[in-house]
Amino acid sequence: MDAQTPTATAQSAAARAYVRAAPAPFMRPPPATVGPLGWIRASLFPSVGSGVLTVLVAALLVWIALPLIDFLIIDAVWTGSDREACLPTAERPVVGACWAYIGDRFAYIVYGSYPIAGRWRVDIFFAMLALGSAWLLWLEAPRRDIGSVYFFAFLPVASFVLLHGLEPIGLPVVDTALWGGMMVTIVVASVGIVVSLPIGVVLALGRRSQLPAVRLLSTLFIEFVRGVPLITVLFMASVMLPLFVPDSWSPDKLMRALVGVALFSAAYMAEVVRAGLQSMPKGQYEAAHALGLSYWQSQRLIILPQALKVTIPNIVNSYIALFKDTTLVFFVGIFDFLKTIEVARADPKWSTPVTSATGYIFAAVVYFVCCYAMSRYATGIEKRLSTGEKR
Amino acid sequence: MSMSAGSATDASAVEIAGLHKWYGEFHVLSDINLKVGRGERIVICGPSGSGKSTLLRCINRLEDFQRGEIVVDGMVLTRDVRRVDAIRREVGMVFQHFNLFPHLTVLENCTLAPIQVQGMPKRKAEERAMHFLERVKIPEQAGKYPNQLSGGQQQRVAIARALCMSPKLMMFDEPTSALDPEMVKEVLDTMVALALDGMTMLVVTHEMTFARQVANRIVFMDAGQIIEVNEPAPFFARPQHERTKLFLSQILH
Repeated sequence: MDAQTPTATAQSAAARAYVRAAPAPFMRPPPATVGPLGWIRASLFPSVGSGVLTVLVAALLVWIALPLIDFLIIDAVWTGSDREACLPTAERPVVGACWAYIGDRFAYIVYGSYPIAGRWRVDIFFAMLALGSAWLLWLEAPRRDIGSVYFFAFLPVASFVLLHGLEPIGLPVVDTALWGGMMVTIVVASVGIVVSLPIGVVLALGRRSQLPAVRLLSTLFIEFVRGVPLITVLFMASVMLPLFVPDSWSPDKLMRALVGVALFSAAYMAEVVRAGLQSMPKGQYEAAHALGLSYWQSQRLIILPQALKVTIPNIVNSYIALFKDTTLVFFVGIFDFLKTIEVARADPKWSTPVTSATGYIFAAVVYFVCCYAMSRYATGIEKRLSTGEKR
Repeated sequence: MSMSAGSATDASAVEIAGLHKWYGEFHVLSDINLKVGRGERIVICGPSGSGKSTLLRCINRLEDFQRGEIVVDGMVLTRDVRRVDAIRREVGMVFQHFNLFPHLTVLENCTLAPIQVQGMPKRKAEERAMHFLERVKIPEQAGKYPNQLSGGQQQRVAIARALCMSPKLMMFDEPTSALDPEMVKEVLDTMVALALDGMTMLVVTHEMTFARQVANRIVFMDAGQIIEVNEPAPFFARPQHERTKLFLSQILH
């Protein structure tokens, strides 16, 4: 009953408790769950049903891919100067894609009817646009503040002067009716992209404003535009506007389409931005206000930088949709990329059975490459943001 | 430095008279009257939903109120935006969930408002920020982002951020409630040091040890009303009101 000796205490504790003396050794995972073999088993043949599906899908892919490769590459014609090159002959009964025709009409597809002597201006525009985009899209680029001034202020003015021309500095004016091809598609898309974001931000803030008039106007605009197809907006801009405005005031056809596209995508952008604004915790607004920051300061310094960052993937998705929607300007008589393909397709000099297919495949590939690049960029940003949050 | 009660001078830092606030039909604050003297440290406690946080948030107008008057540092709080901003510059606030700006570094969190609101040159704002980050004992974290810090460190940054505006009054809205237990002390220590320096403080908290140690007066609220106000020693030893007794019996073990 007396106090036990220390040794006795230790012994009885040892008898009661399980205490590991050394860490257990690491065990290797079972061989069939790791490495390439494990991956194949887990992803392709996890069960009999899945295995059968894997085989069927693989067969389908081969069935589609082989003829496509035949048409696009193996049987394709790469050189030639007119339709003779792409016509089936006795010694070559099967003709694939007529890439020679794309090569021959490439300048037209890129520049439309823009005067040949002035095409260097378009090239400089492309280069400046590429520089600006890279500067903004590469998040670690130096001096991105200058980059955004360049992109949002300098570039629009410089592009207009370059492409449209300015007589006093010796650049002859090129009427927009002569603009065409890839150049027009890029102009329409980039004007839409550059203009729709700021307008969208303003509309989104307006829709969340505490001032009833501002809120009502923003909501009306957004809901009206979202309730109407883009083609209607374009028809209104190109057909109805001239009815109300005297001829001398009426802006040119391309300008009207640009305004239509920009306002249309601004309404969608507003909803994307609004979602970002709504995802901001209330505490961020409160902390900003408690520090004495005004409404605009809190929006500019605290809320928008965070809200826009989380919406980048959605913003890029809107841009992808916008880029594809630019093809609709074709219906109001503007020679965009797709329209030039249409025109080139009908050229009798290249009239062959495969010309149309080649033209459309080329268009599809170009649109796919552009949209897929944007989509990959959005995915990359999304990944970065999610790791940033886990930080 | 003395921490005795009654060090309040004649002019008040905050005067609240006949304050009423409703959320729709619900009467959240009912006839609140409270004077906070300069240099005075008041702890507000009470069961959840008693209106303590709402009262703090009325003082810097994060919340609107329907009746009554609040005077902060001689300025009557009105709906006028400039008046509200002027009062917010005098009143620092520390939130339960820190509310640091996650896209800015610790240093930028602290310099943002002095630069943007007070128009302070960047260099000077940074010196001042480092001074206060040293006071809360985390100058070495200045270049990090808030998410890289522990909860206790984030709350200390939030205190430094508020101090950088040289407020005349500091309000704390349950500053330790969202913290893991082992981090409560570092934040309370920071607040005690601040009290020792003579800062006027309004603190909503359940940390009764802190209240006993630091407060000049304790305000007990329940159901949107001030039930009892007293100095710490008598407040804990001889609570007058039944509801105070009940609350204290639940919170002190």
